[in-house]
Parts: sequence; structure tokens; C-alpha cells
Amino acid sequence: MKDWRYWLAEQRGTLLAFGIFIAMFVIYTTNHPAGFTANVVQTASNKGVLLAFVAMAQTLVVITAGIDLSVGMIFTLTNCLASWLVIGTGIETAFGVVAVLGTGLLCGAINGAIVIYGRLQPIVATIATGAVYFGIALLLRPFPGGSVNEDLADALTGRLFGVVPASLVVLLAVVLVVWVPFSRSVLGRAAYAAGSSETAAYMSGVPIRRGKFAAYALAGLLAAIGGLFLTFFTYTGDAAYASGNAYTLFSIAAVVLGGVSLFGGKGSAIGAIFGALAFRTIGDLLFVFDFDPLWQPLFQGVILLIAVSLGAFALFRVRNRLEWFL
Amino acid sequence: MNGIANRMPKFIRRADPAVVTAFACIVLLLFLGSLYSRSFLSPEYLLQQLKVASFLGVIATGMMLVILLGQIDLSVPWSVAVGAMMACAAAAYGPVGVALAIPFGIFCGVAIGIVNGIGVAYLRIPSMIITLATNAVAQGLMVVYTGGFSPQDSATGAMRYLATGFAIPAVPNAVIIWALIGAAMVFVLTRTGFGRTVYGIGNRERAAYLSGIDTRRVVMIAFAVSGGLSAFGGVLLAGYASKAAQSMGDAYLLPSIAAVVLGGTSILGGRGSYLGTVAGVILITLLQSILSVMQMPEAGRQIIYGVVIVAMLLLYGRAPASR
Repeated sequence: MKDWRYWLAEQRGTLLAFGIFIAMFVIYTTNHPAGFTANVVQTASNKGVLLAFVAMAQTLVVITAGIDLSVGMIFTLTNCLASWLVIGTGIETAFGVVAVLGTGLLCGAINGAIVIYGRLQPIVATIATGAVYFGIALLLRPFPGGSVNEDLADALTGRLFGVVPASLVVLLAVVLVVWVPFSRSVLGRAAYAAGSSETAAYMSGVPIRRGKFAAYALAGLLAAIGGLFLTFFTYTGDAAYASGNAYTLFSIAAVVLGGVSLFGGKGSAIGAIFGALAFRTIGDLLFVFDFDPLWQPLFQGVILLIAVSLGAFALFRVRNRLEWFL
Repeated sequence: MNGIANRMPKFIRRADPAVVTAFACIVLLLFLGSLYSRSFLSPEYLLQQLKVASFLGVIATGMMLVILLGQIDLSVPWSVAVGAMMACAAAAYGPVGVALAIPFGIFCGVAIGIVNGIGVAYLRIPSMIITLATNAVAQGLMVVYTGGFSPQDSATGAMRYLATGFAIPAVPNAVIIWALIGAAMVFVLTRTGFGRTVYGIGNRERAAYLSGIDTRRVVMIAFAVSGGLSAFGGVLLAGYASKAAQSMGDAYLLPSIAAVVLGGTSILGGRGSYLGTVAGVILITLLQSILSVMQMPEAGRQIIYGVVIVAMLLLYGRAPASR
């Protein structure tokens, strides 16, 4: 197979997600009353970037054939923490940002330690740690409130040169700084290998434990970046159970739309980002077509249901019925 | 070591260590509670706790069936809410509606369960994903139906009677219902082919399939039963509170999974007893009760909850090492 065809086959999921996103975004902007303006793009990207960070976090864990049902709660916890810490002078703000990101990393590392070294099932373990993180968030912010360094917030949620949304630039930077090095490192390859076949990877001497641990920890970090951004958009911290749960759920939808296999070992965070942007755009289509906002949860649920059911088409390729049962 | 074990009575030797631990924790909690307040050991308090536990018990019964298969049902929150809301909604349609309220609520839960079952068994979608998706769809449907507010319809007399009445003096009806459902579950799991099949599939679905079992049908039925029991739990809760509420089911997802897992049922499937689930349900309910008696705020309760579950799982819920 030629190089470019191999690349195409590998990136098929990502390209499909990119295509869906572009199609949806074109429908969205052409029907938007304001049309394709810098303002519309900025608002859309600010909303989309939040989910994109959480979806990237989910991708890292899903690649290892695990799942992190606490990403939404890490997102909520770091949002509450940022509403206390990311304030004041430049130095104080910088310290606050580092502390928030460190907390996210720690939460992810705890998940990883429990799942990998404690050998618990990721579903139950992360539901339980999610409850703990939500409890801490609730301790920090029993009522919505707090504030944030507004200069920094406005700079990161505004526009560069009056055109490019700054949040997209940050997203790109995070991809370049976190995802690209990780996916090319030994640890990243180990995470993929562990998701593809843990036994085979183990037998080949791949450092699967370290790879998986790094994936969980970085997932916490990415969720924290998302939580930080939520604070920049809302200027407040809010320990909302429903919103944390919704982000966990939507991150799974975004990951599936982005062509990441839930069985592990396949897909990329770039795909998940486009999946997240596409999911957000589809959800917002209801508004430009003047539907009652009450229908939005149902609409998003149905998209999620369809997205996860699409995976069933792989069944048609199964030749041996025993392959139904993993 | 072997010599000591052989001299112990047979029922202790056969007992699952997880179940014994869970019961020991219950005794410990009661002891700690009685230090805090004398009323913890009064029959009224214990019966009240059993009554509260029975709602969770009904829901956890369905969850256990699914976990025994090696799957999980994350659609519990809105299955509970759908059962409660639809039963109350049916009650608004005259005498026929009142008569059919409970069956209709359960039927809606079964419908959610069947969608889950088709997704898991026939479309081979991972259960945690498809059940999250149906949960989202059920939530969406209910938001559209209620307009985002708690519905005004109230529970029927029969629902209230089931949840709060006393058919036998001093024994709440809810406890009797849990006992009946539990007895049925024990019978199904230990005395019927269906029950043995559930354990078989949980151990290795491939092997069960090759033994000539229609594993997909069994998986689908299990999910339908789980949805129905969740909805029935919702019906009882609506009867208890005499109306349904938007997020009434949220508080039951983690406890129902925790109760099953703390009771020694393997989260990987194929292993576990109903007695353990009973112990898990009582343990969780007592823990909740003691935390609320100590006036622990919601935040502290969530943290303690998560920590206790992780700690108990680390004690005896670990997967074998990979080597």
C-alpha cells in the first residue's frame, strides 16, 4: 500500500469527523441570522472548545480501552477551584493557573493509580472518584460564585487580530504541546498498544502500565484546561451536578463521532476535537432553526444514540459469529 | 490453616468473604451509630431503615442481574424518573388511568430496558455507552413532556399504599415488596435455567453461546427486567413522596452499583449472590442514614461515598494481575 493510502486509512475516522463538522458548520452559519461573521465564529468556538478539551481527555483514556466517567466532575472541580485561585496580580494568576492544572493532573493520576495499580474496573472506579471530585467541588462552591482575572479571561476568549478566536489558538497550542508529543512518545504508543491488545503488548515488553497511567493523568490535565476555560467564559465557579454529568456524556458522544474506537487502540484526539465541535454545532442547529430549547436534550440524546449505534455496522463485516463475543 | 477452616461450621466455610465483610460492616455501622445515639438500635429506626432500603433494593436487584452478565446499566437515573413520571401521568387519565398507572410506569421502564438490550445483545454496543445514550434520550423525552418542571400529577392511592402502607401490622409494604422481588430473584438465579445461563454468560459469553444457548435473548431479557425494576423503584418512590420529580433518579445510580459490588458480585460478571446484594443495600442505606443523622452536608456525603466504595473495592473487588 502506498504511504498516502495508508495514512488515509489510518485517519479515516478523523477525516469523517472533520467532514461532518464542516457540513454542520456550513448549515449552521448559512442559517444563522448574523451569517458567517467573526462574532458568530467566536461564540461557536468558545462553546465548542470547552467540549473539545473534555473530549480530548476522554480520548486519551478510551484509547487504552478504558473509560473515564469522572472527566465531567474533574472539569467541574477545576472550574470551582479556578474561581478561587485564578485572580489577582499576574504572578498570583499564574500561580493559580498552575495550581488548577496541577489539581487536574492529580485527579487524573488518582484515577490512573486506582485503575492500573489497584486493578479496579475503570467504570466503577471513575464513577466513585467522580463522586469524590464532585463532593470537593461542592465544598469549594456550595453556591455559584467567585471571580476570575478578567484581563486574562477576556484575552483568551476574545479574538486575535480581530479575526481568529483566541480559544481556537489555545486549543491548537494544547494539541501541539500535549497530544502530539504524547502520541509519538513511547508512552503514547504503549497506551495505544495496551488498548489494542493488553496481553500482546505486555508480552512484547511494552511499558503498558506507565503508558496507561500517563493517559489517565494527562486526561485529568486536559479536563482541567477545560475547567479553566469554563471559568474564563462564565467568570464564576459553579458545582453543578447536571452540567458535570452532561460533559462526561457529551465527551463520549464526541469521541464516538470523532472515530475513536470504544474498544481501544484506535483513533486520535484530533478526531475527537472535530467530533466535539460537530456535536456542539449539531446541538446548536436547533436554535438557528427556531426550535423550542426544550427539545435540545432529546435532540442531543438521539444524536448520541445514533452515533453509538453506527458502530454496529462493523457487525456486517464479521465472518465468524464467535467474533460477536469479545 | 486448612485444619481450622475444616472445623468451622459448614455455612461459614461456604460463605463468600465479601458477603461476610459486608455484614460485618453493617454490624460495625450499627455499633458506631448506637454510640452516637441510643435510638439506632430501636426496632422503629431499623424498620424505617429497611423501608428506605427497599427502594434501593428493588433497583439494585435489576442492576445485579445486569452486572452478573458482565454488563452495566447506567440508564438507572432516568429509568427511575420515567417510571415515576409516567405512572403519575397515567393517573391523570380517569379511573382507567389510575388502575393502569403502576403497570404503565413499569412498562415504560421495560421499554427503555429493551432498547438497551437490543443495543447490547444484537448491535454489540458496549453496555455502558448504549445505556448512557438511552438515559440521555429518556431525559430528553421527559424534559419535553414536563416542560422542564416537576410534573403536577400526583401519585395514585395504590402507589402510596405500596410504598407507605402496612398490609401486615408493623411491617411496611415496601419491605414486603422487596422481600417478594428478592425471593423471586433468588429463585430465578439459583433454580431456573435462565439464572444459570446468566451466570454462564457472565463467565464467558462465547462458551455459553457454543453450548447452544441463545445468549442474546437472555441478555436482552436481563436488560428489560433491569429497566422494569428501575421503573418500579421509581413508582414506589413516587408513591413515597406522592409525586414525581425531575432528577429523582440521580441519587440511585451510584448507590445501586455500589450495593451490588459491595455485596461481592464481581463487576466482571459471573459471580455473586443475592444475599450479598441485600447486605450491600442495607450497608449503603445505613451509611447514608448515619451521615444524614450526623448532619453531614451533601459535599461530605459524596466524598465519603466515593472513598468508601473505592476502599471496599480495593479490599476485594480487584481483577487478577496480568501475568
